Amino acid sequence: MTINPKARIEETEGSRVVTNVDPLIVKEHYEIDYLHSYAQDSEFFRQIGKGKLMGSKCRKCGYVYATPRGHCMMCGSETEWHELPKEGKIHTYTTCYSGSESFLNEVPFHLVMVEFKGVDSLFMGRLIGADEDDISIGMDVKVRFRRNLHFSATDVYFVPSGP
Amino acid sequence: MKGRSSDVYMVSGGVTDFRKADPSRDFRLRVKDAFDYAINDVNLSVSDIDGSVSCYFSDHFMRQVMAGAMVQDYLGLNPKPSKRLEGGGATGGLALQSGFQEVASGRMDVCAVMGFETMSQVNTWKGNEFIALASDTDFDYPVGGFYTGYYAMMARRHMHEFGTTVEQFAMVSVKNHGNAIYNKFAQSPMKITVEDVRNSPMVSTPLTRLDICNMSDGAAVAILASEEKAFEICDHPVRIAGIGGGTDTMRLSDRPFGEVPLLPNEKKSDYAGLKYPGLHSFRAGRMAAIEAYSAAGITDPPAEIDVVEAYDSYSSAELQAYEDLGLCRYGEGGSFIEEGKALLGGKIPVNPSGGLIGAGHAIGATGVMQSVFLFWQLQHSIRKHFGSDKSQVKNAKRGIVHTHAGTGTYEAVTVMEGVR
Repeated sequence: MTINPKARIEETEGSRVVTNVDPLIVKEHYEIDYLHSYAQDSEFFRQIGKGKLMGSKCRKCGYVYATPRGHCMMCGSETEWHELPKEGKIHTYTTCYSGSESFLNEVPFHLVMVEFKGVDSLFMGRLIGADEDDISIGMDVKVRFRRNLHFSATDVYFVPSGP
Repeated sequence: MKGRSSDVYMVSGGVTDFRKADPSRDFRLRVKDAFDYAINDVNLSVSDIDGSVSCYFSDHFMRQVMAGAMVQDYLGLNPKPSKRLEGGGATGGLALQSGFQEVASGRMDVCAVMGFETMSQVNTWKGNEFIALASDTDFDYPVGGFYTGYYAMMARRHMHEFGTTVEQFAMVSVKNHGNAIYNKFAQSPMKITVEDVRNSPMVSTPLTRLDICNMSDGAAVAILASEEKAFEICDHPVRIAGIGGGTDTMRLSDRPFGEVPLLPNEKKSDYAGLKYPGLHSFRAGRMAAIEAYSAAGITDPPAEIDVVEAYDSYSSAELQAYEDLGLCRYGEGGSFIEEGKALLGGKIPVNPSGGLIGAGHAIGATGVMQSVFLFWQLQHSIRKHFGSDKSQVKNAKRGIVHTHAGTGTYEAVTVMEGVR
């Protein structure tokens, strides 16, 4: 047993930076690693490596989704994987000049919603190979894939189909 | 009547001013200030409150989980019942409806709805990241990662579908910044022109910096009461005549292309050939309006609604809301603003307070703030609270509060009626 009324906490260099005195404001850093599972959507990301863009088709009602989902929002039934065409059209678009902190080194970038023939829903992706003024609703675009997979939805992107 | 087992009234409200950063008060003190404003306005005391609903959007902004419990604690409301409600940008609007349910069910006679958010502890871009985490993190966030981008794509499609112009979007911003001049709580009062909006920095085409609301620190409190208590507490309570909610897919890409759910004053032939909602309109807002109007007995919205506090996180979203809420037909939002119908003195003034664009957006506080501003409109007490009656809507008898989460993923619409 130790009773030491003179005990003192070890003095260390603090990591907080004071940015204001009144009110007292301190700067704290925070970071974290997640082990994120793509779970039932894993096949989508794996198939990109084989050059395939996979959507979903409802086994019961036949609704076709460009962005995959394990179960159908129309009838609740399970879906099956369904390969999408390699060409589509721009349904709507924007060019982002600002964004979230993690994307600031990527701006400006074009976001497009793509419609595919025979598919009931859309797919959102980045468009490269065109200036802002070149983009329009109805424009034909082609699906492209990264060669070095990041295992992110940005492994798919679009380019103009061209003349 | 559906959605109304017994009458519920709003009897008081309080808000803090909304600011870019308010580091001299933490979220608890800010709610306390809004709460004291509300109870002092009607001579209530803490002991009169039977319980509360607290609400804020994201734990990320403060890295304080269970912040609602800390508000309950700080206000001296322990050990009464409370809970925290979260629903993205619709957080405050949904919490108001939860408070309504606490009173309508007979569980509480007096319920405090307490909304707050402290957004200033991270920079604007990190704040945008936290907001964007409220999009599908497998398929949307890594690609877009920016809510302005999502709304901009919807604005673009609205233009394509209906011929809406960027100038018409800008008119919403001009109106709301201008209305905020008469609201002493507002963060961004400005006298600006359509040219100023178009010339401000482009954020996400076609939306510029001035088409978009600011992030804020702020708090707002609404006190709800049963009919029996309402008239004891307050000379001019405002009846909550109906609540409504609607939802839609988290991913914009999943939105279906079906038919317009019709309001009683619309016909199927009004929308022949229109694929709905697609990316041009907010089905959740339309569904919320249908439910709320049905509960309130509204069959002809443009004729029966006098004032609206609408969710204008973006100028385009307010213009789209005119149509979702049935203030005009789908496709007429552009002319509705251009013809001055949404202006102070217009047919149905929208956001006389300045809305989110003019007054600020402290996410969890916002829907409650909008409710408090509408309450004051229907009490005809705008002069007392804003220090000016310039934005008091004359003869305002019935109004609605409208809130969005996500890209209209949750929406809440509440109808309120003055009884003076």
